[in-house]
Amino acid sequence: MARAFKLPDLGEGIHEGEIQEVLVSVGDEVEEDQNILVVETDKAAVEIPSPYSGAVQEIRVEAGDRVNVGDVLLVFDGGTDKAEAEPEAEKETTEKPESEEQAKETAVEATAVEVTAVEGTARQPDKDALPVPAAPSTRRLARELGVDLARVKPSGPGGRVLAEDVRAYAEKGPAEKEAPAKAAPEKEKQAPSRAVEAGLAPFAAPPLPDFSRWGAVERTPLRSVRRAIAKNMALSWSQIPHVNHHDEADITELEELRQAYKTKLERGSLTMTVFVMKAVAAALKAHPRFNASLDPANEEIVLKHYYHMGVAVDTERGLIVPVIRDVDCKSIAELAVELEEMVKRTQAGEASLEELQGGTFTLTNIGVLGGSSFEPIINYPEVAILGMARARWQPVVRENKEIVPRYILPLIVTFDHRVVDGADAARFMRAVIDALENPGKLLLVA
Amino acid sequence: MVMGEQTLETQVAVIGGGPGGYAAAFRAADLGLEVALINQEKRLGGVCLLRGCIPAKVLLEVAHLLRDARAADAWGIHFGEAEIDIDALRGWKEKVINRLVSGLEKLANARDVQVIQARATFESSNQVRLEGSDFAHVKFEHAILATGSTPIPLPGTKFDETSRVVSSAGALSLPDIPERLLVVGGGFNGVELGSAYAYLGSQVTLVEMTGGLLPGVDRDLVKYLERRVKRAFNAMHFNTKVVGVQEEDDHVKVTLEGDVKEREQTFDRVLVFIGRRPNSQNIGLENTQVKVDDKGFVIVDEERRTNDERIFAVGDVIGPPLLAHKAMHEGKIAAEVIAGKPAAFDVRCVPSVIYTDPQIAWCGLTEIEAEDVDFDVQVGRFPWAASGRAVTMEAEGLTKMVFDAKTERVLGVGIVGRGAEDLIAEGALAVEMGALAQDLALTIHPHPTLSETEAEAAEAFLGLSTHILSRRKE
Repeated sequence: MARAFKLPDLGEGIHEGEIQEVLVSVGDEVEEDQNILVVETDKAAVEIPSPYSGAVQEIRVEAGDRVNVGDVLLVFDGGTDKAEAEPEAEKETTEKPESEEQAKETAVEATAVEVTAVEGTARQPDKDALPVPAAPSTRRLARELGVDLARVKPSGPGGRVLAEDVRAYAEKGPAEKEAPAKAAPEKEKQAPSRAVEAGLAPFAAPPLPDFSRWGAVERTPLRSVRRAIAKNMALSWSQIPHVNHHDEADITELEELRQAYKTKLERGSLTMTVFVMKAVAAALKAHPRFNASLDPANEEIVLKHYYHMGVAVDTERGLIVPVIRDVDCKSIAELAVELEEMVKRTQAGEASLEELQGGTFTLTNIGVLGGSSFEPIINYPEVAILGMARARWQPVVRENKEIVPRYILPLIVTFDHRVVDGADAARFMRAVIDALENPGKLLLVA
Repeated sequence: MVMGEQTLETQVAVIGGGPGGYAAAFRAADLGLEVALINQEKRLGGVCLLRGCIPAKVLLEVAHLLRDARAADAWGIHFGEAEIDIDALRGWKEKVINRLVSGLEKLANARDVQVIQARATFESSNQVRLEGSDFAHVKFEHAILATGSTPIPLPGTKFDETSRVVSSAGALSLPDIPERLLVVGGGFNGVELGSAYAYLGSQVTLVEMTGGLLPGVDRDLVKYLERRVKRAFNAMHFNTKVVGVQEEDDHVKVTLEGDVKEREQTFDRVLVFIGRRPNSQNIGLENTQVKVDDKGFVIVDEERRTNDERIFAVGDVIGPPLLAHKAMHEGKIAAEVIAGKPAAFDVRCVPSVIYTDPQIAWCGLTEIEAEDVDFDVQVGRFPWAASGRAVTMEAEGLTKMVFDAKTERVLGVGIVGRGAEDLIAEGALAVEMGALAQDLALTIHPHPTLSETEAEAAEAFLGLSTHILSRRKE
């Protein structure tokens, strides 16, 4: 009895992912719970365990494929499966011929392509499905443009794919390409609106010029983390009216304290970020609207009674924001350990999907890389983000006109002006700076 | 020439001068690559041109002529008994071959393809050693292996093409027309050359190991040929094999085993066509990364690249169908891939032709293969008895088309009858283009010609044939 294995629900809001690695081969005997695939979602790489024990009969995906929840990834052959997986498995076996039947029905009406597309056996013609009908010249064109004929919506009679169809497909954006041929929209869409649909652009932008007119260009697909970042930034920038508020914290004493204690920790790394997290947690408690989200549909502000802080981490794959939970309830020493460990795992691509969700406020520290100031974009749907630029020694003029060297940390709070105002931001920033300038206060709020 | 070990450096070394090799070399040169074509024989053309397809067609042309002349008796045209000058005929055959060989040489020359006569053995993944040439080695960036195949002799024997037991090479240059001829093997070659000699006057006996002629070919097509061959041949023994061959001075004693009464029989000559094996041995493949399968065929991918990324292989040496036109297509693909083109062996059919009387040709899905597919297949048939042109030639035959029942797409074409060799090309184009029954039916075919039978077969499938009653049952 063959059983199809579909991409399971990966957690809230994650409907698709990119296959990063297939850990098994056709013919492999797989144990229940053995990891069989690594799927990279918008947020993290997830190892997917097998719900069944049995031999792998067919693998329908390969590294680089984008898959949606519910897509059949593998087909298992015989063996035993979990008691609770039984009904699911049975459903599969009864469902499969049905969908094949449907596919064949559709084929009569318009296209034979769909048979192969649905069954995923375009590469093995003859036996159970016909190859996609297309002239030899069209097939060569498809090869040249790197187009899989089975995915192209045919416009010729009997489902024949024409050269124009292949060219039109090759010009499509990646988002639309991922959709199976049958889901392809009826009428041709303009590229900009496709980007809008994919969430990669806030509104239709005019088409791009042909850059190759001025020199050699190379096109690289927008994938996984990069794609997620593009999508989130476009979303945030288009939805949230951003305002930036700049200020400086004199952290001379705090830095002395940090230097004095950092070697005394058994584990963890006592970074300035740890102190800032703590100071921000205290400020958020005093200014709850900075620990909130706007729900425009219901005309409500959602205030959160938990303080989960996202920390922007620069990784090889791009910016990833793991979340440290309940910052307000943890000691500085605990945070020093947890943050260090979390950053390491995130950089290694080991952070779980869960660890990347549920933040209420985000911290971004560009300081190590330099920069006197910058303006971050809010991590949608949060209300604000705090940016830390590079701390440095600066001459400070005291009230008595005396000039003294002080260790200054430039801070930027970027906020959603729909939820809070400039004065609120100034007050919130003041609270953060107060805590940082008076390390004793950190003890009180901790 | 110069003393010592001279090495020629080239971008592409093609090994083998048959259809696969020369097509590859010419295409590579046309795409701007520097090409050396290393051919073991003195003349280009390989088995196909020198002792296979082409000379066989000379013989078959003669057989057809003799048959037509005899058939014309019934139409009131009397030629009398034909006199056959076997030496003159052999001369004509040589003339045909030479003309085509010299054509190839001119084409190679005009393309600046350096033709080297030598035997090549791989020394490494980028060099071959040559025997019989002024160059000791050829160093290449890419090689295309097109060494072809060799006929398999009867168990325990070896071919000597000048003896009385020969393969196709010997069969095409027999010193006489044997009185008693045994043909071993009822495949392509056996039936073709057996019938040619039958028309030339030999008493032909055919033995075949399986239960019928042309195993694997649709029976409704073979039926027409079988009727004719039965009349032309002296005897046919199926489920029979040759277990002993004793060559004497002026005859051959053969021991048969199977569905045959007389186990010991005597013949003047024996033609053996029991298969071919790839020429993949003793060419130094062990010094490369090239891999072969258990039958010795070189393993390639769709680009015709072997396991060794610098080395490609095409034609018979990579496996069936062992046909010149498949080899030529592959040769061009390999050359294009080397030139950086997005090419691959991506065809929907490789047409096959049996040059018998009547001819059989087919392409794409056969009815035998259709039994194993999971989709619905329907066949449109047009018997030539309803073709005006066929009747004028007294040509028996059948044209059929295999369709996908749902999309009405042409998946295969089968033809038996005179001129099937040319008619099949339209079928192959239809299969490659993904043509529908209507595409053929709505294309005007000239009348009266045999090509009309293809449009009518499509119409028969649609229930609309003009010249036969083919109304679809509702």
